[in-house]
Amino acid sequence: MRHILSLLLENEAGALSRVSGLFSARAFNIESLTVAPTEDPTVSRMTLVTSGSDEIIEQITKHLNKLVDVIKVIDLSESRHIERELLLIKLSAKNESRDEIKRLVDIFRGHIIDVTDSSYTIEMTGSGEKLDAFIDALDRKLILEVVRSGVSGIARGDKAI
Amino acid sequence: MAKSKEILRGAEIFIRALKDEGVKHLFGYPGGAVLHIYDELYKQEDVEHILVRHEQGAVHAADGYARATGLPGVVLVTSGPGATNTITGIATAYMDSIPLVVFTGQVPTHLIGNDAFQEVDAIGITRPCVKHNFLVKDVRDLASTMKRAFYVATTGRPGPVVVDIPKDITADSCEYEYPDTVDMRSYRPVVRGHPGQIKRAASLILSAKKPMIYAGGGVILSNASEVLIAFTRLLGYPITNTLMGLGGYPATDKQFIGMLGMHGTYEANMAMHNCDVLIAIGARFDDRVTGDLEQFCPYAKIVQIDIDPSSIAKNVPVDIPIVGDVKHVLTDLTALIKASREKPDAESLKIWWDQIKEWQSINCLKFDRSTEVIKPQYVIEKLYELTKGEAYVTSDVGQHQMWAAQFYKFDKPRRWINSGGLGTMGFGLPAAMGVKLAFPNDIVACITGEASLVMCIQELSTCLQYGLPVKVINLNNRYMGMVRQWQEFFYAGRYSHSYMEAIPDFVKLAESFGHTGMRIEKTADVEAALKEALAMEDKLVLMDFITDQTENVYPMIASGKGQHEMHLAPERELA
Ligand SMILES: Cc1ncc(C[n+]2csc(CCOP(=O)(O)OP(=O)(O)O)c2C)c(N)n1
Repeated sequence: MRHILSLLLENEAGALSRVSGLFSARAFNIESLTVAPTEDPTVSRMTLVTSGSDEIIEQITKHLNKLVDVIKVIDLSESRHIERELLLIKLSAKNESRDEIKRLVDIFRGHIIDVTDSSYTIEMTGSGEKLDAFIDALDRKLILEVVRSGVSGIARGDKAI
Repeated sequence: MAKSKEILRGAEIFIRALKDEGVKHLFGYPGGAVLHIYDELYKQEDVEHILVRHEQGAVHAADGYARATGLPGVVLVTSGPGATNTITGIATAYMDSIPLVVFTGQVPTHLIGNDAFQEVDAIGITRPCVKHNFLVKDVRDLASTMKRAFYVATTGRPGPVVVDIPKDITADSCEYEYPDTVDMRSYRPVVRGHPGQIKRAASLILSAKKPMIYAGGGVILSNASEVLIAFTRLLGYPITNTLMGLGGYPATDKQFIGMLGMHGTYEANMAMHNCDVLIAIGARFDDRVTGDLEQFCPYAKIVQIDIDPSSIAKNVPVDIPIVGDVKHVLTDLTALIKASREKPDAESLKIWWDQIKEWQSINCLKFDRSTEVIKPQYVIEKLYELTKGEAYVTSDVGQHQMWAAQFYKFDKPRRWINSGGLGTMGFGLPAAMGVKLAFPNDIVACITGEASLVMCIQELSTCLQYGLPVKVINLNNRYMGMVRQWQEFFYAGRYSHSYMEAIPDFVKLAESFGHTGMRIEKTADVEAALKEALAMEDKLVLMDFITDQTENVYPMIASGKGQHEMHLAPERELA
């Protein structure tokens, strides 16, 4: 099963490589990983999407907690949460396809943020699934470049990590 | 304690911090990046520096010192090749959870990343085999980083910590203050076990009809031997130790049924396989212990006590996990059992012990003592008798290691010093050196093989320089015996590159290093030779025992087989 893990870690050089190194050394999956400092510059927040059986997720959580730089780990998928991902996509947009793309971008509530005679660059946020659906709805031949940020997540309600 | 507020240079701070940490011995090897520190070492006498002959030897020596004393082992090496030479030693300590602090010199800060002379990314290279590592970026962080390094290495599940110090940091100055305490929001190891879990464990343990206690290296690391003895005697249950746990429970006690695992005793493995309640204490269900996981302890409910949550239920599902320091948890558990109205089921226990005695009667470790050619087991048996089981014994890796574990009966913790997890050939001699430094009045023997011994043979010089007269017991079978054994069993006797050609004359070798050498070729001479060597208290004696080349280690569980599928020596195989 897919899990979204949220981590607080010391904003130290090398903390990221400790986490990614752990995943490669123990042959755990990483689907995506994002990290940036929080309101406290000494602390970074990481969102990590992984998959595995319950036993494997338990091991992943334990090993993450064991890293000396990791302050806290929670499994967002255990309770109600919000996940968002940013997509930047460049499409070849010529003649009749320009209108078609605009319509589709509107339906998915994206924005066209850069335009040339022959291309559109689009920004869109949403769950990973929604972004997948948008990409699937496009004519493959039009796609020039895809950039995805990986998932960021936060729990619903008033409780904070 | 009055706080000193002197302005010191980084190199001075380094030495002062070691003193304030209570470090007495430092194993090291100099080089460009650490010359400021070596200059400060020269000016003082409180911290004794042991000059090794290879950085791998420094780490193994510090490791042996740590295993025998319980104190952290401390190492200082230069950047680049100095740092890379420590890797095998660090990984060895990491696998066995041994507290070490390894200081590596680094090129000056402004050159980092420039492929400078003798630059290597020590933090990156060591990351997968350390508990944690630190790069010091400012001299004002040096003292507090050292404090944290010692704290992390020695608390929780212990392990090696690397501190990388760029050369300019050792030249910069700042106010010196060594912190008294450490508080790290991201590192707070759990010590006490959960009371509810301990209660559940107590009642499961008391309900057992075929109980088994399986105790590992965690007992030794947490200094919990005495508590384990009280716990085991109170219950009257059988107990086995892992390779790392030997000495954690007295081997000569009647409740001890031998080591378990691939070359453990028949009775220990059979009792594991058939038990109904397994109490795992500071043991991590290593594959050399469990054999085939599908067949492991099929009838047992399992209690597991470990300080490291990630060790719990890693390989085997556990019914009652207890996270905490073994010593604390066992103390609480023993108190609860003592106070309980329930008692162990004496009737079932009697039937269980009768079964175990039947397994014991097979006498799985029997070997032939009547041959003229020396059986390696015999040498260890005699060493055990002559040292009254009181020696510190280090070993290398191979058949000799297994025989040492089987035939030297350790009654005390921290006496058996071997590389269990990584299985590092070359560990034995430098480790023995570290132990002898800590316990100059005790007998320290290194049981080794001719292949392992030469991997760190250069340390014979260190032993001479610092007067560390260890006894080297070389069980010389002219083979990488353990490799030969596997090739005999699993590769139809194709002995590919396991024969040691061009073996040195170990007697002359010992002499050329300034020590004493002996060659022993007949069973009849073993005892007298050992006596003679042990009597030379201030001499390092390298005893080259020419042993039976064909001897194999039995009993044995082939890898991938279940614990109940042990092979005994061929002439003893059960019908
Ligand atoms: C550094 C290292 N390289 C290779 C091995 C694999 N290995 C395990 S046992 C062994 C043979 C050891 O031979 P020896 O030291 O003579 O001991 P014996 O088995 O003959 O008692 C080897 C090569 C190892 N454990 N460590």
